Amino acid sequence: MLFPSGHRSGPPPRVVITGAGVVTSLGIGWDANAEGFRLGRVALNPVTLFDVCRQRVKIAGEVAMLDSLPSMQLDARHERRLDRAAKLLLLAAHEAWKQSGWTPGADLPVVLGTTSGGMGMGEAYYRQALKMPQDHRRQPSRVIQYQAQSQALTLTDAFGFSGPITIIANACASGANAIGHAWELLRRGACKRVLAGGYDALSQLVFAGFDSLQALSPTQCRPFDAHRDGLALGEGAAILTLETLEHAQQRGAQILGEIAGYGAALDTHHLTQPHPQGDAAVSSMTLATQSAGLKPADIDYINAHGTGTPMNDVAEANAIGRWAGERAATLPVSSTKSSVGHLLGAAGAVEAVVCLMTLRGQWLPPTSTLQTIDPVCTFPVVQKPTPAKVEYALTNSFGFGGANATLILRRWT
Amino acid sequence: MSRIFIHGYGAVSPAGWGMGPLREALASAVPIPTKAIARPGWEKPLTIRQVPPPPTRPAFLAHARLRRTSPVSQYVVAAALEAIGADAPEITNGRLRLGVVLCAMSGCVNYSRRFYDETLRDPATASPLVFPETVFNAPASHLAALLGTTAKNYTLVGDPGTFLQGIALAANWLVEKHVDACLVIGGEECDWLTSDAFHLFSRPIILGDGAGALYLKADATAGALAELRCVTDSHLFTRRQSRVQAAQKARAELPPCAGDQFLCDGLQQLPRLDAAEAAAWRDWSGARISPKVLLGEGLMAAAAWQCVVAIDALKQNRHTAASVSVVGCNQQAIGAHFANMKTTI
Repeated sequence: MLFPSGHRSGPPPRVVITGAGVVTSLGIGWDANAEGFRLGRVALNPVTLFDVCRQRVKIAGEVAMLDSLPSMQLDARHERRLDRAAKLLLLAAHEAWKQSGWTPGADLPVVLGTTSGGMGMGEAYYRQALKMPQDHRRQPSRVIQYQAQSQALTLTDAFGFSGPITIIANACASGANAIGHAWELLRRGACKRVLAGGYDALSQLVFAGFDSLQALSPTQCRPFDAHRDGLALGEGAAILTLETLEHAQQRGAQILGEIAGYGAALDTHHLTQPHPQGDAAVSSMTLATQSAGLKPADIDYINAHGTGTPMNDVAEANAIGRWAGERAATLPVSSTKSSVGHLLGAAGAVEAVVCLMTLRGQWLPPTSTLQTIDPVCTFPVVQKPTPAKVEYALTNSFGFGGANATLILRRWT
Repeated sequence: MSRIFIHGYGAVSPAGWGMGPLREALASAVPIPTKAIARPGWEKPLTIRQVPPPPTRPAFLAHARLRRTSPVSQYVVAAALEAIGADAPEITNGRLRLGVVLCAMSGCVNYSRRFYDETLRDPATASPLVFPETVFNAPASHLAALLGTTAKNYTLVGDPGTFLQGIALAANWLVEKHVDACLVIGGEECDWLTSDAFHLFSRPIILGDGAGALYLKADATAGALAELRCVTDSHLFTRRQSRVQAAQKARAELPPCAGDQFLCDGLQQLPRLDAAEAAAWRDWSGARISPKVLLGEGLMAAAAWQCVVAIDALKQNRHTAASVSVVGCNQQAIGAHFANMKTTI
């Protein structure tokens, strides 16, 4: 039963990460991404997936795809029909699944965040529907593969498990909301393990949308820079295998880190613009620290939403300053969107993995494109690769519609 | 275990704006007339059941956030306001933390199609006013802005069974005291693009649009209309489990037909599409109603209408309990069970 279901009587269980998979324009897999984020490498290149000749901006964080997917339980026909978003998701999930040592089961919930599912398929459908209205070849497959639940069902087929699928579409906070929701399911006692994360592929509609809003940087994405002029778009996926500490220890799993807190709040100021003082961001960070039983002074690093747009960064900087108080002066903050761009529904999940890398490697990822720090930042912005002692890392994700989400991760020793 | 109650409900459907027209349509048992919608490149139009224009312009459309919104946002807001009724001021003044769970399958398809059309013509002139309204969570965001609620707000995407998942999510938020009350809304809007897509799988299917909303609290007093007894597991359609098997599993988790219980199912008199659900509920001997036969395949809105119709029947003491069955398009079979307050107390 989804309701009533497993409401615990004692204290909530701790939730740990036993597998992590990540795909961005820095590369496929943990190693390539850890090295890239640690060094602040910038992986933004000319867009090749669709025509951008009439766009203001012509670069993005496009993933260099493999020729074939790793071996899974999908038949060749199914694999041939997959869209780009599903492939990104499968690549990340394969890495996480393999690392976790999980075996398939009948009650394994999946919680995913995405903004546009298989939008590339939807676009192909529309173009053919207009240009060749009597030609239905490949159209049924496009209709199916466009829908986000198809990508999630593909995961269950690829790894041979089953369980409720929850797809959260809270714009650019979706990935963080998905991990947060999975954390809540485990803490509530509804299940022992959850596959959670986010994914999004570049698509013409979304690229044109951000360009039409003049939200894309025509120069270089420079989060928290005084002269920043917009974001860069990217694509990718990140998946975590989450389980209760007890479950992980019983099966002798290697624990990579812990999800310690989660908060979510809504900003009603405007559909696409945050409240200038970051009210909802303050709420979501406060809820996250409260749920983790922490204070701002306990946080060692913030992976900011930090899109590089004038409005996001000032609101987030104000929010961090208000939330952290005196701690802000010494609290290192960076935005890794300078390296891979904004991954929309995948951003929160990828940035949670970046925090995990930070905790495991004991380094801080820089915002390497930053030149002149905006005076609104009352905190130090990490500008170059930095070794550090990090016990708790916090990551923010904010989205259209005012969706705000914050995750806190803890080092596992 | 905490108990969860339905404190309100609302609907916008091809029958009209509000529960009144929906009740009348169901009582008359006459399918809502269809409407032709042009499909570019085809001489023959597609057929839909669309929400008629409101009798008077809804007052909420004067709100700055709602003036240019898509039809689905307008349906969602209207159904939600009807559901929360007299609690609106409590939410607006911050005395009640209202959670929002919005469920959609096609979402804001009108604006998405329009924006992509503009992009294909010339991306340099695509409208920045249209793009933000294409985002799945735009309707939930507009609703929250109108009500001034900053509490948890999720938009869930999936097939129509997702609406029942949304009810379970809201119930669990209430049990965990994340919110004081929670709206669960399912909404869709018609567009030739969606009808065209469904036409590839079923020629006779007629899509409908609108929204349905349930208002939940963990409070048995003060206006509770029915109790949420359960939401079954989500039984996926996978390579290893057919639609028929999934529907039977969901059915098996709901109480057997007893006394004057009532079933609100998702049948639409399309034998191939109905087969799995019809088989799972073949032994049901009690009263049953199939709103989609009259209203059309409203996708997420239809699942919401099924729940709304079930609660309405319980409120009017026509039955002691009601089950809702949703065998979705391509994801899951799932069910819910509600009880009359007289049975409950």
